[in-house]
Amino acid sequence: MTTSRRDSSELEGLSASTASGYEQTLPTHVGDVIVRTEGIHKYFGENHVLRGIDLEVRQREAVMIIGRSGSGKTTLLRCINFLEEPSAGWVEVDGLRLKADPLRARSRGHQEQIRQMRLRAGMLFQEFNLFPHMSVLENCIEAPQRVLRQSRQHATTRAEYYLEVVGLIDKRDEYPARLSGGQKQRAAIARALCMEPKVLLFDEPTSALDPELIGEVLGVMEDLAHSGTTMIVVTHEMHFAQEAADRVVFMENGLIVEQGPPEQVLNDPRHEETTHFLRRFLDR
Amino acid sequence: MTHPGGDAHAHGALSAEPAAPIIAEIANAQQTERWRRRLIFIGVWVVLVGGLGLFLWNAGRVEWEFITRSGPYILQGAGITVLVSVLSILLATTLAVIGALGRLSTNPVIYAIASLYVSIVRGTPLLVQIFFAYYALPQAGIVLDPIPTGILALGFNYGAYMTEIFRAGLQAVAGGQREAAQALGMREAHIFRRIVLPQAIRIVTPAIGNEFIAMIKDSSLVSIITVQELLWRAQRVGRSEFQTIPAILIAALAYWVLTILFSIFQERLERRMARGDR
Repeated sequence: MTTSRRDSSELEGLSASTASGYEQTLPTHVGDVIVRTEGIHKYFGENHVLRGIDLEVRQREAVMIIGRSGSGKTTLLRCINFLEEPSAGWVEVDGLRLKADPLRARSRGHQEQIRQMRLRAGMLFQEFNLFPHMSVLENCIEAPQRVLRQSRQHATTRAEYYLEVVGLIDKRDEYPARLSGGQKQRAAIARALCMEPKVLLFDEPTSALDPELIGEVLGVMEDLAHSGTTMIVVTHEMHFAQEAADRVVFMENGLIVEQGPPEQVLNDPRHEETTHFLRRFLDR
Repeated sequence: MTHPGGDAHAHGALSAEPAAPIIAEIANAQQTERWRRRLIFIGVWVVLVGGLGLFLWNAGRVEWEFITRSGPYILQGAGITVLVSVLSILLATTLAVIGALGRLSTNPVIYAIASLYVSIVRGTPLLVQIFFAYYALPQAGIVLDPIPTGILALGFNYGAYMTEIFRAGLQAVAGGQREAAQALGMREAHIFRRIVLPQAIRIVTPAIGNEFIAMIKDSSLVSIITVQELLWRAQRVGRSEFQTIPAILIAALAYWVLTILFSIFQERLERRMARGDR
């Protein structure tokens, strides 16, 4: 399952600096910035969940967001494709820049912009959210056919390719109720890949799985990361982050506290909060 | 005594031997018990229905000749009853989907209209609505036969009740389904038609079945506007020949049989839907 991490000799060259002061040498395999958030704030009522998030993710980069529950990491992910409308700030995905507009969130123009944003960013959910009344294949071709206007034949060919990638080609005509949790999440990954998004957003993709099924999903994700899929992953799987991440982002109280290569953040954190979180995490 | 089906090696050959006959015996006893209960059930029904029938036969001075002569005439009304019920439930379902969308709409005008529809229809008697349709529509220049008038009235009425059923059904579709569809870039109309509605229909199918059974019986109300269904025919021949009790009983029996037949169909349908779990 674990192919070797990208050669660490690649971890030099490009240097980037973001608004949050994140500076590091970037691995050479990464490209231009593809996802950028600027000053994202989110309130749920009085509750200030995100307090100004600046994050940049580059092409072919795998970024893992860690932090305790309630730190805002899932909300951040949902703000990137506007499943939550941020209270303030900008989101940019693959050149499409969109300003949070909570007062006019339901306006037609804004909704269409959001839809365009979502076509660039595929999303995976904790609960998979496969469509239960459609077979695996139908799940995969519904949006390509009706949103991207692909022919059924073309969409089917693409879907079969991605089902092969996630190892579910033999389940293509099964209905979700007959799949295990791990198979469901892999089918959901294939469904997202069929839209050929610029970035994949994973919201705790293994949290709802039985322990023995987590490996197969992480294996697929790791393969995707190593084959250069840009991804942002909210996860509690530290070992997976260590193996597959190009960068680990630690969040606390709605802020990014620390970020950097996994070996640095996870093994040699610079901030006390990170040390504290990791220690408590390992104690469990 | 060994455990039935116990491990033969654990108990040795001697004690393991009786296990098989005991299993068969238990299965047999269970089967006999099931049949006993079934026969008692049927027996109670036969005794009660037979007793009641005998009593009414005597009390109503029923003539067998009347039943053989007028029975077929009354039962021919079952066709009209089923026709009116089916078309009404189709109209009601269509109205219910639209009504439910209105009740869930964020547009205040649409929400107000849908709510008014539900409120007025549920707040007035069905019989009044049937009369109203029969006498008021022609005044507005719409002259329809009794059957279409009855279907309109029944469909409108049931549409209001079923609006609430569909609203609940639409809301019962997991929120994650919408989010997953949105994340795939689907537009609202597409999400509703292809993702939410099919799942909502699965959820409300049992409730619609119940509404249909109620509709079969409420369709008798359109006899009042001369639709020649079961009750209308029963009243007509019963009154003219002073055989009201048998005539009404024939109609009642027909309604009962129709609902039983549909219940069986509904049970099968639901079992099939549950089996595929889709």
